[in-house]
Amino acid sequence: MTKDLLIILFAAPLAGVALSLAVRSSRLSEYATVIAAIIDLAVSIPLLGRVVNGPVVLAHSYLQVDLLGAWVIVCISIVYTLSSVYAVGYMRLLNEEDRLPLFYGLFSGFAFTMLAACIVNNVGVFWIAIELTTLISTFLVGFEREAESTEAAWKYIVVVSGGISLALLGTILFYWGGSFILGPSYAMTWAALHRSAPSVYPPLLLVSFLLVLVGYGTKAGLAPMHTWLPDAHSESPAPVSAMLSGALLNASMLGIARFLAVVRGTSIDRFAHSAVVGFGIFSFVIAALFIVRQTGIKRLMAYSSVEHIGVQALGLGFGGVLGVAGALYHMLNHSLNKSLMFFGAGNAMRAYGTKEISGIRGVLKTFPVSGTLWLLGAVGIAGAPPFALFLSEFTILRAGIGGRYRWAAVLFVVFLIVVFIGFLAHFRAMFFDEAPEQPAPRVLGTVWRTLPMWLAFLPLLVLGLWWPHAIWDVLTKISYNVLGGAQ
Amino acid sequence: MFLAHVNSLQASIFSSLAVLSLLLTFVMLGSHWLRNYVYAFAAQSWLIAALSASVGYFAGYPELYVIAVLTALFRGLVLPYLLMRIIARLNVKRELHALLQPSSSLVLGALLVMFAFVIANHMNWQPLLSAHVVVLALTIMLSMKFLGFLMLTVRDEAVSQILGLLVLENGIFLGSQILVPGMPLLIEIVILFDLLIVVACFGMLVRFLVVHAGTTSSRQLNRLVG
Repeated sequence: MTKDLLIILFAAPLAGVALSLAVRSSRLSEYATVIAAIIDLAVSIPLLGRVVNGPVVLAHSYLQVDLLGAWVIVCISIVYTLSSVYAVGYMRLLNEEDRLPLFYGLFSGFAFTMLAACIVNNVGVFWIAIELTTLISTFLVGFEREAESTEAAWKYIVVVSGGISLALLGTILFYWGGSFILGPSYAMTWAALHRSAPSVYPPLLLVSFLLVLVGYGTKAGLAPMHTWLPDAHSESPAPVSAMLSGALLNASMLGIARFLAVVRGTSIDRFAHSAVVGFGIFSFVIAALFIVRQTGIKRLMAYSSVEHIGVQALGLGFGGVLGVAGALYHMLNHSLNKSLMFFGAGNAMRAYGTKEISGIRGVLKTFPVSGTLWLLGAVGIAGAPPFALFLSEFTILRAGIGGRYRWAAVLFVVFLIVVFIGFLAHFRAMFFDEAPEQPAPRVLGTVWRTLPMWLAFLPLLVLGLWWPHAIWDVLTKISYNVLGGAQ
Repeated sequence: MFLAHVNSLQASIFSSLAVLSLLLTFVMLGSHWLRNYVYAFAAQSWLIAALSASVGYFAGYPELYVIAVLTALFRGLVLPYLLMRIIARLNVKRELHALLQPSSSLVLGALLVMFAFVIANHMNWQPLLSAHVVVLALTIMLSMKFLGFLMLTVRDEAVSQILGLLVLENGIFLGSQILVPGMPLLIEIVILFDLLIVVACFGMLVRFLVVHAGTTSSRQLNRLVG
């Protein structure tokens, strides 16, 4: 049964790729992508339910669906669904009718590789899946073929390939360390690495972990390895930005979480958590400072992604049930909220014909409905109640205050205030400043571009008011099973 | 662990092949001519193929012969061919504005190798002869990482950056042949193919760079900042 669900989960985007590239009809590829995404979302939730009582291992233990992976699959499927609906409305504005099938083919392929990364049980294959996400998404980033987007694509692939090669080195060193305990040839599964880790020579384990952390941290956009992120997220088409930010970063965080699980209970466990906290708080601070002085609307969103990936790293680093559950809840909420933000930014960019915040004024007059949603989303992403990010950030903060890293928790609060003021100041200007003389905006909202904003906003509000018991149950189980639970 | 029973002949074969590969990295670092990079890279790949074969022979892993053939074929022939095509299309023969002179990058590279040695030495706990090979392999693995990143930093032609990334990968591949010869065959083959796709993607991107950005020098890719 789980097997059938998995087959559907992966067949749907593959069918999307095949249809888009084979038939080469723009309309067909749009709808095929939307349907594939909805199927994935519909399958991902029962899949999560299937593995609550323990992981399911398939294909000679090359594949393993565990609760953590299934959770990330849910987050990715949500963003895939929202952004494929939004893409229908957005991509038609670009006047690239002939290349749309190619776009949707790459789009579904990108989703496929990210989903695959969540279920591979082999550390080497995981690395390859993450590498493939880079290769496919590079062409999505450069899709608009302007000087800026090509530059962003180039920087993206160079920085991320360089970074991710460190993760490969770390993986091989992990394997080498394990070969002293498990013999020269063994299956490179997460469980095998975890079994051997306590007996590995500690300095070797330490170097391996740091390499892996920096490697997958590059892909996740942790500062100071985040330099590709603002470029790639701001220059790609808005639905792709949402996928990069809401889905891809999660897949990379999954790598960091899995390796934290590998070294749990070893002599470097404590150091590993400190390193993750260090990267987390550094990303948070850097992002906060760049948010305050930002001038581009999508770069603002991109730095907000760096900020939130920092928050997730903080949660994982603080550890314990609260920290891990908070981080994973934050992952879901950030996926929803950041999609909403990029959709709003895409609408505004197209309507005003500029990427600069200073050129966007009087949004509420242009977009009474979707503008309101965007503004509420901004309040949510700045961390204010009653939206879901408030709950998850508060949980992570509780984990931090009660644990070893009180200094990080204090810094977190201080810069949370900086982000709140900085982020909302830009929105105040865009929504309430006097609009200078400007031509009437060229594009207005349509159902395709407003509906996904509603679909992101409503769960955000609900999850902010009510943390469903089922989700709390899943998250605590993950933190006990996978990450070792309370410390 | 076959390294624990390595004899002095085997140790010297592995060491010399590894050291030669490192020297070829310095050749890349010390030259400004793009063609030289590619030749050095090809030669390095052949050395790594020889290393795979000799490890396969001495340690009794016949599947490493397959890896050796594939390495020679892909890294030693196909990749250099693809790179040469990119260079020919771009009509750039040499690195024009390297940030550092070859001499200073060589000195910097030497310092990085020392740093790599210090780290590698800390990561080792085995005694005697096997330790020599292990520390050497780790040192070369890490120094090729550092040198690759150095090349990425100080060079700004697109082709040099691709080669820098390939040096990063070669370092890992070289080290893994000595340290973990028993790594599953599937993984190694997939990584080889992956590299091919990477270079193909880079090739396409370079074409986009020429057409849409009008330059292949990262020095001029400076529209996006802040």
